[in-house]
Amino acid sequence: MTQASVAVPVIEMRGISITFPGVKALDGVDFRMFPGEVHSLMGENGAGKSTLIKALTGVYGIDAGTITLAGEQVSFSGPAQAQASGISTVYQEVNLLPNLSVAENIMLGREPRRFGSIDWRAMRRRSTELLAGLNLDLDPGSLLGDHSLAVQQLVAIARAIDVQAKVLILDEPTSSLDADEVAELFRVIRSLKEQGVAILFVSHFLDQVYEICDRLTVLRNGKLVGEYLVEELLRIDLVQKMIGKELTALDDLEQRARSVVVDESDAATFVQATKLGRRGAVHPADLPIAAGEVVGLAGLLGSGRTEFARLLGGIDRADTGELVIRGKATKLRTPRQAISHRIAFSSENRRDEGVVGDLTVRDNIVLALQADRGWFRPIPAKRRDELTQSYIQALNIRPGNPDALVRNLSGGNQQKVLLARWLAIAPRLLILDEPTRGIDIGAKAEIQKLVFNLAENGMSVLFISAELEEVLRLSHRIVVLRDRHVVADLENEGLTVDSLLALIAEGSNDDDDPDASVAVAVGALGANDPVAASDPDPTTTDSTGGSR
Amino acid sequence: MTKLLDAPERPVRTGGPAGPTPRVSVARRIRNLLTSPKYGPVTVTAVLFVVIFIVGGVRYRGFFSGQVFLNLLVDNSYLIVLAVGMTFVILTGGIDLSVGAVVALSGMIAASLLQTGWSPAVVIPLILVLTSVLGLLVGLMIHIFKVQPFIATLAAMFLARGLCYVISQSSISITDETFVQLAVTRIPLGGNLSITPSVIIAVVVVAIAVWVLHATRFGRTVYAIGGGEQSGLLMGLPVARTKVLVYVISGFCSGLAGVLFTFYTLSGYPLTAIGTELDAIAAVVIGGTLLTGGYGFVLGSVLGVLVLGVIQTIITFEGTLSSWWTKIFIGALLLVFIILQKVLTARRR
Repeated sequence: MTQASVAVPVIEMRGISITFPGVKALDGVDFRMFPGEVHSLMGENGAGKSTLIKALTGVYGIDAGTITLAGEQVSFSGPAQAQASGISTVYQEVNLLPNLSVAENIMLGREPRRFGSIDWRAMRRRSTELLAGLNLDLDPGSLLGDHSLAVQQLVAIARAIDVQAKVLILDEPTSSLDADEVAELFRVIRSLKEQGVAILFVSHFLDQVYEICDRLTVLRNGKLVGEYLVEELLRIDLVQKMIGKELTALDDLEQRARSVVVDESDAATFVQATKLGRRGAVHPADLPIAAGEVVGLAGLLGSGRTEFARLLGGIDRADTGELVIRGKATKLRTPRQAISHRIAFSSENRRDEGVVGDLTVRDNIVLALQADRGWFRPIPAKRRDELTQSYIQALNIRPGNPDALVRNLSGGNQQKVLLARWLAIAPRLLILDEPTRGIDIGAKAEIQKLVFNLAENGMSVLFISAELEEVLRLSHRIVVLRDRHVVADLENEGLTVDSLLALIAEGSNDDDDPDASVAVAVGALGANDPVAASDPDPTTTDSTGGSR
Repeated sequence: MTKLLDAPERPVRTGGPAGPTPRVSVARRIRNLLTSPKYGPVTVTAVLFVVIFIVGGVRYRGFFSGQVFLNLLVDNSYLIVLAVGMTFVILTGGIDLSVGAVVALSGMIAASLLQTGWSPAVVIPLILVLTSVLGLLVGLMIHIFKVQPFIATLAAMFLARGLCYVISQSSISITDETFVQLAVTRIPLGGNLSITPSVIIAVVVVAIAVWVLHATRFGRTVYAIGGGEQSGLLMGLPVARTKVLVYVISGFCSGLAGVLFTFYTLSGYPLTAIGTELDAIAAVVIGGTLLTGGYGFVLGSVLGVLVLGVIQTIITFEGTLSSWWTKIFIGALLLVFIILQKVLTARRR
C-alpha cells in the first residue's frame, strides 16, 4: 500500500459509459487499482457497481471509454479473455460445480495432461499445493458439494489465483459467511495482497470494508463520486457520499408529517413484532407499529432492512420470535396468510416480484383482490372496471387506459399500479420497500403524498427507502438497521439527515460519536425496554426511541 | 472405476471380525457411500443385479451359468451401445428421444443398400456418418435456437421414423454374406462359453466411453455442464461445443447400435425398435445417472442394461409369464430408483 501511490496502476478504466435501453448504467466513470492493494467499490443499489465489474470482466461491452491493463489498452470480448489476461472473478453465488472434486474445480479447463489423458496425479499434486498456499487442509479428491459454502468460496479463490491473477475480484464474498469464516477469508486476502495481487473487494458490510481495504471508489447513480484512501475517509462521510443528498420541493409535506402528533395512548398497536428474526437475514428485533403510523426503516443496502420487512410481510418465514397482530400472536407462513390479516408487502423488485408486465393495468390492479376472494368468485366485470378507473384517477396513473400493458408503462406508473393493487385489498399495514426508487421526481412526490394520506386515514405504513430525506419527511418513527441488527428506534422529532447518517454509519466498535453510541445502547437493550425509555438521550433526540 | 466395482462387497466385510471401533467407521463409510449422489445409486444397482442373479440361480435350474450371463451381453449389445450414447446426453442434463427411430433407420438403410448390392465396407461407415450428422443437426438446433432437447430430439425421432417408411413400407431381409457371417459367428471363450462379434464391439465402445468421460477434458466438461452450465461458462469451459458433441456421440452410437441390431435380426423393418429409446433411458437411470445431469457412470449404464436383461431372462425362465411383465417390472424398478435417488441424496443435504 505504501508504494501504491508511486506505483503504476495494474488496471485503469477511464471514462467508462454503458447504456442499457432507457438507462445510463455508467456515465464516464474512472476506476483504477494498484498492485498489492485491496480496493473496495461502494455504492447503493443501482449505483453501477455490478455494471462496472461486468465491464471489467468482459461480460458487458463498453460504449465509451478505455480499459488499460498493465499499461496496455485492452478490450475484452468475454469472460474467458479477461481471465486469460489475469482478471479473475469470484462471484457472490459460488460458481463452481458441486458434482466434481475439489481438485477438478480448481483445475477444470487447465488440467495437466499426459498422452492426451488427464494426468490425475499431477492434478492432485498441483491442487494440493494451491490449497496449501491458502493454508487449507482439504482432500482434493473430495466432492465439492460436500463442503460448506465458505470452503467452496475459498476453493473458488484457489481456482482464481491458479490462473496467475493480477486482479482478483471478490463480489460480495462474505454475504453468506459467519465471523470465523470471514476471518479465514481475510487471512487469504492478506496473503494474496502480499504477493502483489490487486484485489477488488465488494461488500455491503462497512466494518469489513474498513478492516480489509486500503482504498475505495464510490459510485452513485452510475457516476463516479470519488476515490479515497480508507484511512482518510470517515464512515459518516462515506455513507453520505454513497447516499448523496437530493433536495426536493416537498418540504411542506415534511412540515405536515411532523405536525401530526400520533397520540400514543390512543392509537392501538396494530402489529407488534417481538424478537422477530431469521438466521442469516436479520437478527431478532422488536418493532411495534400503531394504526395510522408511518414507520421508516433506514439503513444501507444489505443492512437487513428488506429482510426485516419481508418477515413482517410473511414473504420469508421468521425462525425466531412472534408477531402479535391486534393482540393475537400469529405466525405468518405465507404472503397469503399475511394478506388475510390485511398486511400487504410491496417489493423493491418491482419488475420480478411486483407487476406482471404482460398483463393489462386492470388485470394487475385486481390481481391481489381476486386472489384474496378466491378464484371461484370472480369479480364482476363492472366492478373491475369501476375499481380500475377509480385507482387510475386517484393515483393519476398514465396512460389512463385500463387495457394498456403494464410493461409499457414508466417505472413510476408501474409503481402506482402496484400500489393500487395492494390498496384494493384495503390493507391495515402496507409495507413499501423502496417504492420511489428509479422513478421520476413528480411520481415520487405523488407517492409520498399518497403514503401520507393513507396514514392519516388510519393505515399503518412501513416505509423503506435509501433516501434519508424521504424517510425523514414521511415517518413518524424511524428504525435504523446496521449489519442486520436493529440499532435504534427513534421518534422523528429533531432528527436530521446527519444524525441518521451517524447512526447508520457508526461501527459497533467505534465510540467516537456519542450520539450514536447511546442510540446503539438503546437498540441493544431493546427499543421498548422501559429502562431504555427512561434513560434520556438529549443529544440525539428530544425523546428517546421506544417511548412506548 | 475400481471403487465402483468392489463397492457391493463392502457390506460383506462388515460381518467380518472387525472390532467395535472400525465397525462404526465401516458403517459410516457404507452410509456415506449410499448417500453419495455419485456412488450411491450405482452401488444399489450393482447389489440389485447380484441379488436378482442369485435369486434366479436358486429358483431355476440352469440359470446360474456363465452362458446365461454372457447371453445377457449377446442379446443386449445394441442396447449397451445405445445406453452409452444416452449416458453422455443425460450427463449434460439433456435427453435424446430419437435413438430408437435412428436404430430402425440405420437398419433400413443397411438392408436397402445391401439389397442393391453395396458393399458392407461402404454401407456401415456411411450409416455411422449419416447418424452422426443427424446428431450434429439436433445438437446445433438445441444450441443455436435454444430448443429444449426433449423437443429437438422428438422432432428427430419423427424424422427418422418417417424416413424409414420412405425407404420401404415392409420388411427387407438381409442376405449379404458379411452380415450373415457376423450374425452367426460365435467366438468361443473356452469351457462351452461363447460370445458374438457384437459383444466385442459393445465392450470396445464402453471402454472408449469410460476413457473419454474419465480422462479427457471433453469428458470432464460433460460432467461440468450437468453440474451447472452457467458455472461452466463462467469457468471458461467450451460449453457450446461440448453440448453439440454429446448429441453427435449419441447419434453415432444409435447408428452403431442399429448396425448391431441388424446383425441380430438380419432385416430392416420400419417398425422395429419402437420404444427402445425409453429402454435406453431406463437403463441409464437405473444405472445411477441422475436425470438432471452431472452424476453417473458409463459402467453404471451397462449395469442398468444388465438389470433389464436379467429381468427379461427370469421371465423367460419362468415360462408362464407373458414377456410384457418385463415392462411392468422395469416400470416399477424405475419408479423405485428415482425415489431412491431422491431419498438418498436428500438425506445428505
